[in-house]
Amino acid sequence: MFMENKASDGEQPRVGVYVCYCGMNIASKVDVEALRQFAEKLPNVVVSRTYKFMCSDPGQELIAQDIKEQKLNRIVVASCSPLLHDATFRKACAKAGLNPFYFTMANIREQVSWVTANSAAATKKAKALVAAAVARVAMHEALEKKRVPVHADVMVVGAGISGIHAALLLANAGKKVYLVEREPSIGGHMGQLDKTFPTLDCSACILTPKMSEVKNHPNITLWTLSDVQEVSGFSGNFKVKVKRNPRFVKLELCVACGQCVEACVFKEGRVPDEYNIGLSKHKPIYMPFPQATPASVLIDPNACLKLSRGKCASKCVEACDRAAIDFEQKVEYSEVEVGAIILATGYQLFDATKMPEYGYGKYPNVYTMIELERLVNAAGPTQGEIVMRDGRKPKRVGIIHCVGSRDKRHHPYCSGVCCMVSLKMAHLMRERIDAEVFNFYIDMRTTLKGYEEFYDRVLHDGVNFVRGRVAEVTDWAMTPGEEGKLVIRVEDTLIGVVRRIPVDMVVLATAMEAHDDADDVRRKFNISCSKEGWFLERHPKLAPVSTFSDGIFLAGVCQGPKDIPESVAQAGAAAAEALSLVDKGFVEIEPNSAWIDADTCSGCKTCIPLCPYHAISRDEQKKVAVVNEALCKGCGTCVGACPSGSAQQKLFTDQQLHQEIEGVLNYV
Amino acid sequence: MRYLYYPGCSLKGTGKAYDESLVAVFDKLGMDAKELPGWNCCGATAYMSVDETKAFALAARNLALAEQENGSDPIHLIAPCAACYLVLNKVQKYMAEYGHLREVIANSLKAVGLNYHGTVKVRHPLDVFVNDIGLDKIKAAVSHPLKGLKVASYYGCQVVRPYAEFDDQYNPQTMDQLMNALGADAVDWPLKTRCCGGTLTGTVEEAGLRMSYILLKEASKRGANIMATACPLCQFNLECYQGKMRGTFGDSIDLPVAFFTQIMGRAFGLEAKRIGLQRLFVPVKAAPAMA
Amino acid sequence: MSSLQIQVRIKHQEELDPDFANSIAALPGGENLSRCIQCGTCSSTCPVSLYMDYTPRRIIAMTRAGFKQEVLASNTIWLCASCYECTVDCPREIKVTDIMYALKRRAMEEKVYPKRFPTPVLAKEFFKSVLKTGRSNEGLTVTWMILKTAPLNMLKQMGLGLKLLLRGRMALGVEKMEGDPTQIRRLMEQVEVEEKKTH
Repeated sequence: MFMENKASDGEQPRVGVYVCYCGMNIASKVDVEALRQFAEKLPNVVVSRTYKFMCSDPGQELIAQDIKEQKLNRIVVASCSPLLHDATFRKACAKAGLNPFYFTMANIREQVSWVTANSAAATKKAKALVAAAVARVAMHEALEKKRVPVHADVMVVGAGISGIHAALLLANAGKKVYLVEREPSIGGHMGQLDKTFPTLDCSACILTPKMSEVKNHPNITLWTLSDVQEVSGFSGNFKVKVKRNPRFVKLELCVACGQCVEACVFKEGRVPDEYNIGLSKHKPIYMPFPQATPASVLIDPNACLKLSRGKCASKCVEACDRAAIDFEQKVEYSEVEVGAIILATGYQLFDATKMPEYGYGKYPNVYTMIELERLVNAAGPTQGEIVMRDGRKPKRVGIIHCVGSRDKRHHPYCSGVCCMVSLKMAHLMRERIDAEVFNFYIDMRTTLKGYEEFYDRVLHDGVNFVRGRVAEVTDWAMTPGEEGKLVIRVEDTLIGVVRRIPVDMVVLATAMEAHDDADDVRRKFNISCSKEGWFLERHPKLAPVSTFSDGIFLAGVCQGPKDIPESVAQAGAAAAEALSLVDKGFVEIEPNSAWIDADTCSGCKTCIPLCPYHAISRDEQKKVAVVNEALCKGCGTCVGACPSGSAQQKLFTDQQLHQEIEGVLNYV
Repeated sequence: MRYLYYPGCSLKGTGKAYDESLVAVFDKLGMDAKELPGWNCCGATAYMSVDETKAFALAARNLALAEQENGSDPIHLIAPCAACYLVLNKVQKYMAEYGHLREVIANSLKAVGLNYHGTVKVRHPLDVFVNDIGLDKIKAAVSHPLKGLKVASYYGCQVVRPYAEFDDQYNPQTMDQLMNALGADAVDWPLKTRCCGGTLTGTVEEAGLRMSYILLKEASKRGANIMATACPLCQFNLECYQGKMRGTFGDSIDLPVAFFTQIMGRAFGLEAKRIGLQRLFVPVKAAPAMA
Repeated sequence: MSSLQIQVRIKHQEELDPDFANSIAALPGGENLSRCIQCGTCSSTCPVSLYMDYTPRRIIAMTRAGFKQEVLASNTIWLCASCYECTVDCPREIKVTDIMYALKRRAMEEKVYPKRFPTPVLAKEFFKSVLKTGRSNEGLTVTWMILKTAPLNMLKQMGLGLKLLLRGRMALGVEKMEGDPTQIRRLMEQVEVEEKKTH
């Protein structure tokens, strides 16, 4: 019965098949002319053509012309993935007066030519796919896209430089922005850096104005110490539940005068300070850092005697004349509706103890780069004085690039920024303490504007460069000059000799890596990530800040390693994408929703709890299931589960799928 | 648990004391570890440079014999020599990884009436003592705590590389823990896994000698009064060439180098002869608690 | 008269062996040869590289580029002590030790190692001993090696041998495996048969 060649709407199908060369992408493997001839002989096919680039204007025009002249009522394009050009060809059909859903694509590029070296096999598979598409398209029906209004507010998750920049752009465009940050202050990693390459402007000087702009912006609602708990809904209409952890200090009252910190019963710091990477300690009540935003102290509930043991003289409460301290604060949950979400959750740094050959954690004078950033910073644990853990000042410093990067045992990718960070640090060590500096690199990557010039400047500074990956940092001395030093063992690959270089201080340029909880976050937002844990963009070139979930965009390093200018540029792009979505006022929804055939539905309720979007309910009068089309996302779960076959889905009807299968089987 | 013991050729020659002390320690700890009947040379490193597939087939024969011996029980084959331990492990891994190799070896074994299904677990005695027997039981067996003995635990290369099955390959700990359990002090030193020179001491003496000398010198510098080894070749290089090192480097190097099992035997109060102390070139008597 | 020694150092493409890299990469352990990024970790981690005419990194580069003659004639491959430090440290997971073994075997096949160089001789002596008895006999093997490579050294080594004998660490007799040692010979012959079959 399935080979009955009558269209679903009673009309006799007149199919046009268009085989794309895609330049050499398809034509180098698939015999496109043979495919065209094959398609010509398939049932219902009226015309079959090939073209170099079907997606080009002349290619689309070809289809439009045939629709008009040959009275085609079904179109099949055999080319690339529907993800790329489904919309293009649907539009071409619509322009020629044909309902765009009388169209289907056969993917003979990603699923055929790109995945085999065998030309004969490729052509054979392409024929099977085209036969299936021709059989399927006969069963297509005219459908209409639905329009749904969108919510104009936007949420930005993560308030490092990327999140801050995106939030400000949107807020300045008049959109209400919820900015969610899990740390007590905004600013992210950029707030920890001393100077930025290649211009050497002070990181805090360029970041803090933006931080205070966030705080004072009437369109931005800032939630720190907060986490997104749950996301539901769809593009244009998300519902987000945010968990807001207590600060135990009333934000609106605190002026960060610091008298409470002074008064705390602990006279010395006792909690390793995250901002200073543990190089200093803070008290249970503390200010994260001088420019922290919001400018307010907070209390660490695990360290505070009052909060952890219930017993304390609470000197802080006495000291605060604004009565801002509130031990009764509890976790709060806020639920908001937004039209778009920008993820700017950033990164973490590679744990250097995973490479014991470099001695981090074993030898006190081995530092990570971010530790050194704090050490050279005037607001850092030593007020910018460069003294090592053993109290000495380094005379000779070795900077090791690629720690955890370009290493299949850790991260196979290049972190991109470490070369420039290491050059900057080499420069600072020359400038500030006149130290002798050795940089150990595998390949020097200084590709962006002004970067190569900076490398040239550092070479001229007298920094020593050794091309070679360091094998080991050891305290094993072979010569008197090595006694009491850290010895770096490396092959100087440009000379072809192994060298042992004794230094006082070793600095490890550790890799950028995805957060440990990146996978949880991605699940919450229903997006994908690469195997390294970076959030996956929709298309690496043409949709670099979009995701496979409409309405969710990416900014900054959560998508992959980047430096500051790139992160900011990407944040701008994400803001523009979000704006283009929420400003339009509506979204069009693919008409692929499910429906229930009320005549055959037994009312068994199997589908109702299975629906992940809560789109199915039971009509108690008719005793049948009913789908709410506005909520249905077209996932097909109910269709698969329905025991009586009453649940059906547009664009994926049983008839269409059976025809598609028959098409393949008849050919094979 | 039942074990099978694969001594390897060196333990029947230069490393005889390793064999004697290991068997004595098995006894003392009440372990069931009979010698694998009919075992042959593991293939060893030198052999690998003549014909690799043949070397693998030699190793695989031993695994097939071990499998036969234990029937369906899980088979733990103890290989004390570092080279044997490596080669036996390597053939397991490579047979799993390289289909062609697996086929050649399986067919060759079949032709001489043997079969190997890949079920043997090759274990180093350090692994067995620390992870199966346990430090508590070892401590309980100590009758002569080795007070004042400062041990540089020397693991050598092939026990922890390239297959760090039971210990860290950069900073292994099992032998140190074992020594501490015997009442001795394990010295922290950075060359625990640096190569002793291996066969180079025999073939390119200048290179090999210096590599061993470096180890002895650093261990002494870090305060060790004895070095413990887990490999017959390391022990041979480090101990038997000390006279030559004194001549070559003009240094008064003089450090006893014993198998870690001899040190265990001493702490267990076993008779000196049973653990082969008389076979050492540098007498251990000088070291505290070893007399 | 000039005392400046000069040498032509240019390399023409036709002097290289284009199949050399592939033949090494095809062996077990050679598969990642082409992935080397020339970082030098193998060289700096190697405890013997200080004696090598080419560091391990350069051997990898030269093998990859087809410098067969230079690679097989180098002392590097014979100095490798198989400590596997390079293999575990390589960030590209190249099994450098296995590649060194492969190069040693190739050099022996092509007979391009220094005459009287002891390592290949030692390897062959091991082979013979195992074939005969199922075991390797260190004492006898080493004695043969010395006699074949540097007979004069025999005198120097006598002291050590004597000491070992006195301490029962070197047997004068031949250690033999239990059971039937001809099984070893048959097994080895079968390997040759099987290898031919699959080629």
